[in-house]
Amino acid sequence: MAGYLLRRLLAMLPTVLLISLVSFLIIQLPPGDFLTSVVARLQQQGQTVGADQLAALKAQYALDKSPFEQYLRWMSNIVLHGDFGQSFEYNRPVAALIGERLPLTMGLGLATWLIGWTVALVAGIYSAARRYSRLDYVITAMTFLGLAIPGFLVALTVVYLEFKLFGQTLSGTMSPEFDGAVWNLGKLLDVLNHLWLPVLVLASGGVAGTIRVLRANLLDELHKPYVTAARARGLDERKLLMRYPTRVALNPFIATIGWTIPALFDGEVLVASVLGLETTGPLLLNALKAQDMYLAGGIILIACVLTVIGTLISDLLLAAVDARVRIGYVRSGK
Amino acid sequence: MTTTAVAEAEPTLALASQRTLIWRRFKRNKLAVVSLWVLGLIYFTAAFCEFLAPQAQDTYASDRAFAPPQVLKVSLTSSPHLYVNGYKGTPNPETLLRDYTTDKSQRYGVRLFAKGDHYKLWGLIPSDRHLLGPSRHGAPFHLLGTDDQGRDNLSRIIYGTRISMSVGLIGVLMALVLGLLLGGVSGYFGGLTDGIVQRVIEFFMSIPTLPLWLGLAAAVPPGWSALKTYFAITLILSLIGWTGLARVIRSRFLQIRGEDFVLAAELDGARWHRVVGRHMLPAFTSHIIASLTLAVPGMILGETALSFLGLGLQAPVVSWGVLLSTAQSIRVLTTAPWLLAAGAAVVIAVMALNFVGDGLRDAADPYES
Repeated sequence: MAGYLLRRLLAMLPTVLLISLVSFLIIQLPPGDFLTSVVARLQQQGQTVGADQLAALKAQYALDKSPFEQYLRWMSNIVLHGDFGQSFEYNRPVAALIGERLPLTMGLGLATWLIGWTVALVAGIYSAARRYSRLDYVITAMTFLGLAIPGFLVALTVVYLEFKLFGQTLSGTMSPEFDGAVWNLGKLLDVLNHLWLPVLVLASGGVAGTIRVLRANLLDELHKPYVTAARARGLDERKLLMRYPTRVALNPFIATIGWTIPALFDGEVLVASVLGLETTGPLLLNALKAQDMYLAGGIILIACVLTVIGTLISDLLLAAVDARVRIGYVRSGK
Repeated sequence: MTTTAVAEAEPTLALASQRTLIWRRFKRNKLAVVSLWVLGLIYFTAAFCEFLAPQAQDTYASDRAFAPPQVLKVSLTSSPHLYVNGYKGTPNPETLLRDYTTDKSQRYGVRLFAKGDHYKLWGLIPSDRHLLGPSRHGAPFHLLGTDDQGRDNLSRIIYGTRISMSVGLIGVLMALVLGLLLGGVSGYFGGLTDGIVQRVIEFFMSIPTLPLWLGLAAAVPPGWSALKTYFAITLILSLIGWTGLARVIRSRFLQIRGEDFVLAAELDGARWHRVVGRHMLPAFTSHIIASLTLAVPGMILGETALSFLGLGLQAPVVSWGVLLSTAQSIRVLTTAPWLLAAGAAVVIAVMALNFVGDGLRDAADPYES
């Protein structure tokens, strides 16, 4: 197992390197650079920027170097000093900016994931075990709706309803009076009051897909001979369901835990923008728009690295859960 | 067992082609059939949007900004006709907007094939007839209200149908080319090729979609024409979408490669492109079509998300995402909740596509009882 782990960790290195290169490419893609937008802004205010001034600015931001040199500097600073560079827009270290917002993103993600999976497991198993029952139809209808409604539309609708019903909206992470206050029960409750909605909205999209796939997987398994054999042995129906087919049906999910991380970053950008949450999503959006390259690159890199780690975790989990994967009988990741 | 029973009852079934069989199975799924009709209607709307919309997409009336939806009423007098009530807009000094009250005394007749804004159908056929419109050109007729510039919301949603639905279709076709090529190569040749392609796919899947989209979309030069931007965005969407299709196609290839009929074709000396094109592909065309149908919603939702964030299609172009991006702030949302109607269009289209895709997939599976 230790050897397997070591091999996997080593195999991760080139992937992460490739990802860092792609992250850098993505942020280099837009024409012009951060200074282009700065100059445009200055000119709008009626100021002119001289050529020598521009050159000085370029040197200050190290934008006069070739992209490859910029990448090398960026990468080596991250690896050697943990320095993600300086955000042009905020004029602060990228690491500090991300550090402020990442906990909320991860917290939201974890809550979304836990709630989503609990609901999806219960609903999916029920839906498959009691196929074509009334509740199954209700669940199926809900999942189709959930798949079709974009998360930000749910957020917009809920914000609107909140305003109509209560005359106020719960946008942001906490009420203004608690901002900067010491943590106490009141503040905690206030934060929870603000965050249940984003969690619900974020979970709604993923849950629907998970229920659909779980139901389909389980239905495939329920008619296999081993289920009949177990039933013939007189196993209690509930025990049977949980012990055999459910375990098999869960494998694809365990294999794709890693992929829920990029999906989370996706959903979060839109929902957080609508609900005014201070997570990494809106930060990334603004950074991309303003061509704040180190900030955008840093966030994309972190998201990708987290995904790679997530994939590793899911592979390990899969090996732990499924003996066939352990002995190499079936390939993981299917 | 049931098959033979049916075959005896209907001798034609035994001789029916694969396509007929799939169509028969598809027709048994009521939800899928209804969705197919809905989908047909949506694409019909997309094709004839200039005629179906009561107004042109950019016709504005500054004195009717954020006007609420009007109710279509029937007058049962000696000459029955349709009409809408007019409204009074009074400027509100506090909100700097207009407050509207319905004016029951004002009646504007509404008729079929009304004369209205001039347009050229598909840029070719000039006309000024609209399926439904006010009898007098220019009279207020806004069944779904208006936006901040007094443009008719319903008309804009109808125009948006063309862009949003075609983005999905064209994007999926582009993704299909990539998916078929790489998935096919991966599944047919296997071995090292398969390994490499699989790693590439996994790599694409591990990049969060939205940042990649955002980065690529931000790279589209703002000076590009609407048409160029449109194709660029579609290409960006398909750049992500192909991975799923490639996986489906690969697994089908792997499944069929071991079949006897493939071996027979190879023994007959058929070259690989003939084996693939004539023998293997037809065996799972229906599956590919089903997967394609299921991939379109992702494209539509992707375009909506990008445009909503202001990085996709830009203002003069009207898509559902562009329309929704105007309803972003709470202030606009509370004054004009009807602007969310474009979201309903997205949901209906995506659901219809999902149902049809599911129906096709089930119908195309010969092992489904």
